[in-house]
Amino acid sequence: MANADCIILMGGNMAEAHPVGFQWVSEALAKGAKMIHVDPRFTRTSAVATKHVSIRAGSDVVFLGGLINHMISNELYFHDYVVAFTNAATLVSEDFRDTEDLGGLFSGFDPETGKYDPSTWAYADPAGGTVTGPSGEEHGASASARAAGHEYGSGGPPLEHASVLRDETLQHPRTVFQVLKRHFSRYTPEMVRDMCGISIDDFEYVARTIAESSGRERTTCFGYATGWTQHTLGAQFIRTAAVLQLLMGNVGRPGSGIMALRGHASIQGSTDIPTLFNLLPGYLPMPSVGRHDSYREYVDSIGSKQQKGYWAYAETYVVNLLKAWWGEAATAENDWAYDYLPRLSGAHGTYQTTADMRDGKVEGYFVLGQNPAVGSANGRQQRLAMAQLKWLVVRDLNMIESATWWKDGPEIESGELRTEDIATEVFFMPAATHVEKAGSFTQTQRMLQWRHQAVQPPGQAQSELDFFHELGVRIRARLAGSTDPRDRPLLDLTWDYPPDAHGNPDPEAVLAEINGYVVDDRAPLSAYTEMKADGTTAGGCWIYTGVYADGRNQAARRVPQGGGGVTQSEWGWVWPADRRILYNRASADRDGKPWSERKAYMSWDDAQGRWVGPDNVDFPVDKHPHARPDPSLGGAEGLAGDDPFVMQADGKGWLYTPKGLVDGPLPAHYEAAESPVRNALYAQQQAPARVLLARSDNMEAPSAGEPGADVYPYVFTTYRLTEHHTAGGMSRWSPYLAELQPEMFCEVSPELAAERGLVNGGWATIVSPRAAIEARVLVTDRIRSLTINGREVQQVGLPYHWGVGSDAVVTGDAANDLLGVMMDPNTQIQESKVASCDVIAGRRPRGADLQRLVASYQQRAGTTPETGTRAVTDPEKEGF
Amino acid sequence: MAAWSPLEWPVLRQVLTGDRTGRGAAVQSARTRQIESRNATADRVVQSVCPFCAVGCGQKVYVKDDKVVQIEGDPDSPISRGRLCPKGSSSEQLVNNPLRQTKIRYRAPHATEWTDLDRDTAIDMIADRFLAARRHGWQDHDEHGRPLRRTMGIASLGGATLDNEENYLIKKLFTAAGAIQIENQARI
Ligand code: SF4
Repeated sequence: MANADCIILMGGNMAEAHPVGFQWVSEALAKGAKMIHVDPRFTRTSAVATKHVSIRAGSDVVFLGGLINHMISNELYFHDYVVAFTNAATLVSEDFRDTEDLGGLFSGFDPETGKYDPSTWAYADPAGGTVTGPSGEEHGASASARAAGHEYGSGGPPLEHASVLRDETLQHPRTVFQVLKRHFSRYTPEMVRDMCGISIDDFEYVARTIAESSGRERTTCFGYATGWTQHTLGAQFIRTAAVLQLLMGNVGRPGSGIMALRGHASIQGSTDIPTLFNLLPGYLPMPSVGRHDSYREYVDSIGSKQQKGYWAYAETYVVNLLKAWWGEAATAENDWAYDYLPRLSGAHGTYQTTADMRDGKVEGYFVLGQNPAVGSANGRQQRLAMAQLKWLVVRDLNMIESATWWKDGPEIESGELRTEDIATEVFFMPAATHVEKAGSFTQTQRMLQWRHQAVQPPGQAQSELDFFHELGVRIRARLAGSTDPRDRPLLDLTWDYPPDAHGNPDPEAVLAEINGYVVDDRAPLSAYTEMKADGTTAGGCWIYTGVYADGRNQAARRVPQGGGGVTQSEWGWVWPADRRILYNRASADRDGKPWSERKAYMSWDDAQGRWVGPDNVDFPVDKHPHARPDPSLGGAEGLAGDDPFVMQADGKGWLYTPKGLVDGPLPAHYEAAESPVRNALYAQQQAPARVLLARSDNMEAPSAGEPGADVYPYVFTTYRLTEHHTAGGMSRWSPYLAELQPEMFCEVSPELAAERGLVNGGWATIVSPRAAIEARVLVTDRIRSLTINGREVQQVGLPYHWGVGSDAVVTGDAANDLLGVMMDPNTQIQESKVASCDVIAGRRPRGADLQRLVASYQQRAGTTPETGTRAVTDPEKEGF
Repeated sequence: MAAWSPLEWPVLRQVLTGDRTGRGAAVQSARTRQIESRNATADRVVQSVCPFCAVGCGQKVYVKDDKVVQIEGDPDSPISRGRLCPKGSSSEQLVNNPLRQTKIRYRAPHATEWTDLDRDTAIDMIADRFLAARRHGWQDHDEHGRPLRRTMGIASLGGATLDNEENYLIKKLFTAAGAIQIENQARI
C-alpha cells in the first residue's frame, strides 16, 4: 500500500479497525499519494483522507460500476495490459443473455430453485459449443449450497480445457470487453447520484483520480473489509472492484491490488486451513453427495489436467492431504482412503446449523474463542437454539455471554426462557492466551508468523491444540478394537505428535505435517511442486508447503525489518511459495520488460534465461515471455509467456467469470434484502439468488414498493470501534478497553434526531423485525442523510461489540440481535451491513413487553415468514 | 525526607536542564528517578504476535519469574515497526486480568449455578458425549443410497482467533469423526 499512488478505501474504516496497518496508508500519503474514503460514515479514516465521499450503505456496485463505465467510455483503461493479461479478448457463448436483454436477470435463472444454471455464461469453444467445467456444469443450487465460491481462495474455478477463441482487437460483439461495455453502460454518473447519493462532481473527482493514478507509471490500490463482504451480493461487490482494477492494470504490480482487511489474528489462516464446513485445507472442496461420490469424480471436478496453471495438479494436493491424515491406511488401492471423508448434502453453514439446533437436530456444540450469542446475526435465534442443545462446550479466556445465556441472557430477563427449564449441560473450559502457547497466525496479507511460548497457561487453562489432541486420544481409546467401519477413519488417523517438555503435542511437529514431507524419511518438502501423487509424499495443506522448508520453521524468521530487500523477505513466510506479491509476472509487459522504471518489479532476463527481481516470481521461472505452447498441454507447461494468472484455468485475469460465481458472470446492482429504496437499475429489486432462511424467528422487513415498508423506514449499518474487538470477548473484559468505550451507542444525523425527538446523550430504542435494542444517542453530522431518487434516506450507525450478560466489565444491548439472516449465495455470509429499522426515543421496554413491542411492529408492517422471500420481483419482465 | 531545595523548583529546573517542554529531566522527582522499567528487570523477552486483528503486529513479551509483566510493540517487525493500537497495547490484560477464568466450570441440566470439575473428568465427560452425539446423529446413506458417512449430532464454531496448527487438528479430528458442521468467524 505504501507504494500506491492512489488508495481507495471502501467498505471499511481502516484507521480505526486496522490502526497499525494504516501507517502504510499514511506513509503513501506522505509520499504524495491520494487516498479517498468512500463510506456511509465520516470516520477517522475520512479525517485524514484526501477526500471523503459519503455513500448509501449497500450501493457500492452502482458506484464501482459507474467507474467501470467511465473508464471504458472515455477509453481510460490500460489497453495493453487488458489485451495481454485479461480475458477481455475472449469470446463468450452465443447463448449468453445479459441483464440488458432480460429485465435484470442473466440467462439461466431457474425460478424453481431460485438459483442460476450457469451453462450459458461459458466461453465459446473453438471446436463448437462451450468450454464447460471439467465435469460438466454444476447448477447454482448445488454450488451455492456447498458455498463453492469459497473454493477460489487460492485460484480460479476449473475449466475442462484452456482452448478459447480470442479477438485481440476487442471488436467482436461477443468478446468479454464488448459484453462488459454494454452491461455497464447504464451505470451513469446520474445513476450514481440517484442511487448512492454521491454528487456528479464527487464521482468525477474519484474517476479522474483513479485514471490519473493508473497505467504504466502509476498504480492504484483498493482496501476493503466486511463493509463489502457482508451483503447478499458481497462477492459481487469485490468482483466489481476486481473488474475495475484489472481494467486499469492494477493487479500484480507494486502498489496495486485489492487488499482484504480482515478482522481476526488468523482469520486468513482459518480459511486456508479451514474450520469451515465446505472446505478442506488448501481450498479443496469437502465432497458432496451425488457430485463427488467416487474419488475420480471428486478429483476430476476440482481441476482438469487440460487446464492451464497449477490447479491442473489438484489430484496431487488431494493425495497428499489424505496421505497426511491417514498415513499407511491411505493407499492407491483404496483411493487414498477417500471414502473416509464425510459428505455434504446441502448447506451446513453456521446459520443453517443454528436453525437445525433450534429444531433439536444437533446434540452437542463446541464454541471456540467465538461469541455467537453476541457476534452472530439474529442473536435471539442463536441463544434460543443453544437452549435446545444437550451439551455445549465453550472454550474461552473469559466468561462470555455464549457461556452464560442460560442464567443472564436477554431471554431470561424477558421471561422467554427460565433457567430451571433449560436442560443444556454447559462446560466452560478456560483457554490459553496467545503468549501461553506456541503456534502460527496467518495475517491479512497471507503471512504466517510464529509466536513463541512465553509462559505456561495458568490453572486449568489449556490451548486448543492440547485440548483437541487429548480429546482425540480419549475418543480413539474408547473406540479401540471396534470393528465398525465408521470408526476406521478415527482409528487410522495419524495422531501421534511428539510431546514437548510438558507432555503436550509439539506445535512445530503439526506445522511440519501441514508443510508436507517425504513419506520414507520424513524429509520436509520445500515447495508444493515437489509433491507427488503416488503416495511417496504427504502434506496437510499444499499452499503452506515451504513454511517448513529445510526443516526450519520459516514462519519464525525474524530478521529485523525483514532484512535489507524491498520485499522484507526474511520476516515470516507468505503463502504460496513465500511470494510477497501475487501474480507478479504482470508487473512486466508482454515482452517481459517492466511497464515503467517507476513500477519495475519482476522482469525477464534474456542472458540468464529466467525471471528476475526482488520477489519469487509467481510464474514458471524459466518460461520465456514469448513462449506460446499448445494450451492443451495443461498445467504449468500449458501456460503461455503472457499468462500471468497462473491459478486461473486460462492464465488470464477474469473481467468476466464464465464459471465459478453462482449469481452472475458480471456484477449487477440489486438492493439489499431489506431496503426502503427501489432499484432504479433493473426491475429486479433484490439479489435474485440470495439465500434465505424463512422462519418465524428470522422475519424480514418489507422492501420499497411493498406495503408496510414505511414501518421500518431507516437503514442501519453495523461497525467496529478501535477499542473493542468483535463480540467483545477479548475486549469488554479488559478494564483499559472497557473504560475507553464503556457504552453501546447509535450514531444518527441531526435530521433524524429532529424527526424522532432524539437527544444527544439520551436513549434511543432501535426496532427491527427481529428485535428491539437500546443505545445511547450520538447526534452527529458524521453520518449524513442522503438524497436517494429524490427522497431523503436516513442511516443509523451501530457498533456491535456489546452484549447482555453479567460478567464483563461493560455490557449493553447487542446490535447483531437486530439483524436477520439473509445470505450471499456464493459464500453463505450474512448481510449485516445494511438492514431496515425504526428508531424511537427512550429506553426499550423490559420483561415480556419487549417481545410485545417487536410483535406490534411486525403486525403493523404485516410481516410474515414469507415477506421478502420472492426471488423474482417481476416474473413477466423476465419472461417467466 | 530530604530538605526541599529551591533548585528543585520545576520552572527553574526546566530552564537549567534545557528541558524546555517539560517532558524530560525537569519533571522527574527523586522517586521517578528511582523507578525502573518492568522491561529492564524482566528475565527474558519472547517475540510474539498481537492476537486481535489481522494486521499481525509484532509483540515483545516481557517475562519475570515465569509471569508476563508487560507486552509491547516489536520494533523489529516490518509490519508494525514497534507500534500497537489500544487493543494490542492492552494485551497484557488478556493474560493477567483478574476477571479471566482459569478454572473449568460445569453447569448441570436445569442447574442455576456453576460447579467445579477437574480437567480429567471434564475431558472424559466430553469424550463420552461426543461419541454418543456422533452415534445419535449418524447417517450412513442418503435417500438414494449414496454414501454420506457423517454425523449431524455435533457442531463447532470458532477458529479465527486460533492458531493454524490448532485449526488443523480440529478439522482433522472432526472430519475423521464424520462431523461436518464445522464453522468459524470467516463465514460471518
Ligand atoms: S495492535 Fe492493533 S492493529 Fe496491530 S494487530 Fe493488534 S489489534 Fe491489529
